[in-house]
Amino acid sequence: MGSESRGILQDSGRTRRRLTMTTETQAIDKSGHDHDHGHSPYLQHHFDTMEQQFNSGKLGMWLFLATEILLFGGLFVAYAIYRALHPEIFEYGHHFLDPVMGGTNTAVLILSSFTMAAAVRYAQEGKKTMLVACLVLTLGGACGFLVIKYFEYSHKMVHGVFPGKFYAPDDHILEEELMGAHGHGHEEGDGHHEEGHGHAAGDHEEAAHEEPAAAPMVVSQTPPAAEGEFVIEKSQIAEAGGGPEGLVGIVQQEPKMPKRPEKAHVFFGIYYLMTGLHGLHVVIGMCAIGWVLLKAMKGVFGPEYFTPVDLVGLYWHLVDLIWIFLFPLLYLID
Amino acid sequence: MATTTDIYPGRPYTEVEGNYLTHEKGILSWLTTVDHKRIGVMYLMCISTAFLFGGLFAMVIRWELFAPGATVPGLNADRYNQIFTLHGAIMVFLVIIPGIPAALGNFVLPMMLGAKDVAFPRLNLMSWYLWVVGALFAVISMVTSAADTGWTFYTPYSTTTQTAVIPMVVGAFILGFSSIFTGLNFIVTIHKMRPEGLTWFKLPLFLWSIYATAIIQVIATPVLGITLLLLIAERVMGVGIFDSTYGGDPVLFQHFFWFYSHPAVYIMILPAMGVISEMIPVFSRKHIFGYTAIAYSSVAIAMFSFIVWGHHMFTSMSPLSNMIFSAVTFSVSIPSAVKVFNWTATLYKGSIRLATPMCYALAFLFLFTIGGLTGLHLATLGTDIHLHDTYFVVAHFHYVMVGSTMIAFLGGLHYWWPKIFGKMYSETYGRLGCLTTFIGFNVTFLPQFVLGTRGMPRRYYDYLPEFQTLHAVSSIGAFIMGAGLFITLFCLLHSLKWGKPAADNPWGSAALEWQSTSPPHYHNFTKEPTVGDPYDYQDFKWDPKAEGYYKTAEGQGAA
Repeated sequence: MGSESRGILQDSGRTRRRLTMTTETQAIDKSGHDHDHGHSPYLQHHFDTMEQQFNSGKLGMWLFLATEILLFGGLFVAYAIYRALHPEIFEYGHHFLDPVMGGTNTAVLILSSFTMAAAVRYAQEGKKTMLVACLVLTLGGACGFLVIKYFEYSHKMVHGVFPGKFYAPDDHILEEELMGAHGHGHEEGDGHHEEGHGHAAGDHEEAAHEEPAAAPMVVSQTPPAAEGEFVIEKSQIAEAGGGPEGLVGIVQQEPKMPKRPEKAHVFFGIYYLMTGLHGLHVVIGMCAIGWVLLKAMKGVFGPEYFTPVDLVGLYWHLVDLIWIFLFPLLYLID
Repeated sequence: MATTTDIYPGRPYTEVEGNYLTHEKGILSWLTTVDHKRIGVMYLMCISTAFLFGGLFAMVIRWELFAPGATVPGLNADRYNQIFTLHGAIMVFLVIIPGIPAALGNFVLPMMLGAKDVAFPRLNLMSWYLWVVGALFAVISMVTSAADTGWTFYTPYSTTTQTAVIPMVVGAFILGFSSIFTGLNFIVTIHKMRPEGLTWFKLPLFLWSIYATAIIQVIATPVLGITLLLLIAERVMGVGIFDSTYGGDPVLFQHFFWFYSHPAVYIMILPAMGVISEMIPVFSRKHIFGYTAIAYSSVAIAMFSFIVWGHHMFTSMSPLSNMIFSAVTFSVSIPSAVKVFNWTATLYKGSIRLATPMCYALAFLFLFTIGGLTGLHLATLGTDIHLHDTYFVVAHFHYVMVGSTMIAFLGGLHYWWPKIFGKMYSETYGRLGCLTTFIGFNVTFLPQFVLGTRGMPRRYYDYLPEFQTLHAVSSIGAFIMGAGLFITLFCLLHSLKWGKPAADNPWGSAALEWQSTSPPHYHNFTKEPTVGDPYDYQDFKWDPKAEGYYKTAEGQGAA
């Protein structure tokens, strides 16, 4: 049936539109593949030529990437609005992110994007060993990214830095962290630590700081005698009787210590949502790369057929690109 | 399929061996199919079921509002909130948005292109499964403690109510992806699967409108996706973006929500306009008037749809934003009116045949005009302050979503029914169903305009006694409309068993899908279709024996 109707199609002088080749498919051109209509086992029945199939897949993937950008777009808009309305929470919050780890992750992802691009090239050239090697390296990069991300997350969570209403930071340890991370955390000198301890000294401070982690709601009821060194800020909502812990800031008026703004938890909410959704995309990307890797090991890909490698590659570059925006927006604020 | 030896001119291919409905048997062959026609039929069945439930909820609402105070036994105010939420959410997300594109579009679109299938058949099947999963989540919400937020899920109520908001939101999120994948599939199919000779301006206008719809689906729906994810995050973790308790801004949710949901209104209406553009010329036996204008106006509506969302929040924005959004909203009426005028001009001096689909098309013209013009009252800032959140708004959007989209969906269903199932339904019952629905619809919703101008707020369980007469009329209308829809259902189901076999081209359309058999071969065409002007009816002749049209020899030579 298929070949018959195609015969009629050509007889009636109504051959399908010759689709222009994109630059990535020059390898196909050289092999002269575009003349053997319908002979490839990978040509699905409803397409007339491999080019038509390839170009359809490519357009579909670009459209899908557009939807992904819009999906993240909502989060970027939320970020922009809160950055504009409450810049102080971003200035405060970014001290808790480690730019060294973030920067390492950026490098890891860019490298994995490079190996992915190389994989596409090797797939087009039919070099199976190199293709498999590049895909394994890409997968390794993705794993590395997630491992580093795991350490970043667990480091925060162990100190009670959770998003939203679960935000219950362990102030004593965070102060150390803050002073350590001050000046972008490039050095974790002992001096900083000592300085941090120095500030945290004093019994009444300890008491005030220990409370939030255990029973955050109590904080507003336990104002330590501040004596000019501490100021308790109570939000209107807390006064209304239902406010969460994050709204009560214990603010140190020491110039080097940034104040914890009322809505500090929003920064971490946005941070966890953006990086979490990105992390989910990394996991999806790993599944896709793993699937392509299995096919590559079977030797499916060659100059005639490499669409999945190309499309997964595009997806992976987008995941990389989103991180390249997330990194400065979250880690490099000042 | 029966094999007939008599070959009439109007029924050139009576012998259909590879009929897509019967070439494979068993429920599994349907559940694993990648055939766009079968997927379209599966969508049709599922959407009709959801429509039945959404409609029953509407009947409960109207029964409750028949008289002030508690009317339906056992239906308290909280339960009422859940019922109208379910009605809205089911109708919007499960019925109207996927209705025309996923059910009719899936069936017709590749055939109009002379293609064998959509570009990504497996993705197409996945869209259907996503629809089913989304519907299951809606059912989970329904049977646990149904959401009572209204279909818009406005914060802060949606982050504080104890009802099952999360399952409903997850359902809407999944349905959004179903919609995205359908749209993506259609865009690629229209771009890449056209045969040579079928240029953009030879496409049937249905495809232009489906294309414009698909653009909106792909661009707007992800924003709904992230909005709903944020809503879930807000409920679960209190991230503080929408919930003022945690420092958020509830109006931001409205902006996010309407950035999708206003374009979604055009996701609903654009395919309906496409269906009307197909039916009116066929039943006027006259070339469509202003093809280019109609095609471009579809794209213009899609573009405008993204910059008018603010008109849902006139009561909570700055005067400057209000003026801008008001002005842009007025502008949408231009491409919409362009279409209405062109359809009317197509009717002018045509030889109109009042077959059932044409009855629906004419009903659409009336109802869409009312729905569109009342939109201008709401786009006007001064009147909107008065009419905001009243029954005027309810009546307005029902005129567009039901009076236009559902009517066009039913019209399109009757129009393509012979092609889809190969059977002719009873014209008498078809027209009777259409007329009853049309009358019932107007009796239901015209009084609501009056109710709204008099200050009856929407979504209320109870009302003042002076509103009772109009509410009672509206409820009676709703029951008439329900009866009309059941007549239609009976008419269509009856035809499946007892209907006459349909000719290949019973209406005399020049679009490609009618060059196939009725029902089509599973590869769509047994003979490659000839591409021509989709609205040129000059060479079509009626064959009374076959009860269908055929193209004369001169016509085929010229094509």
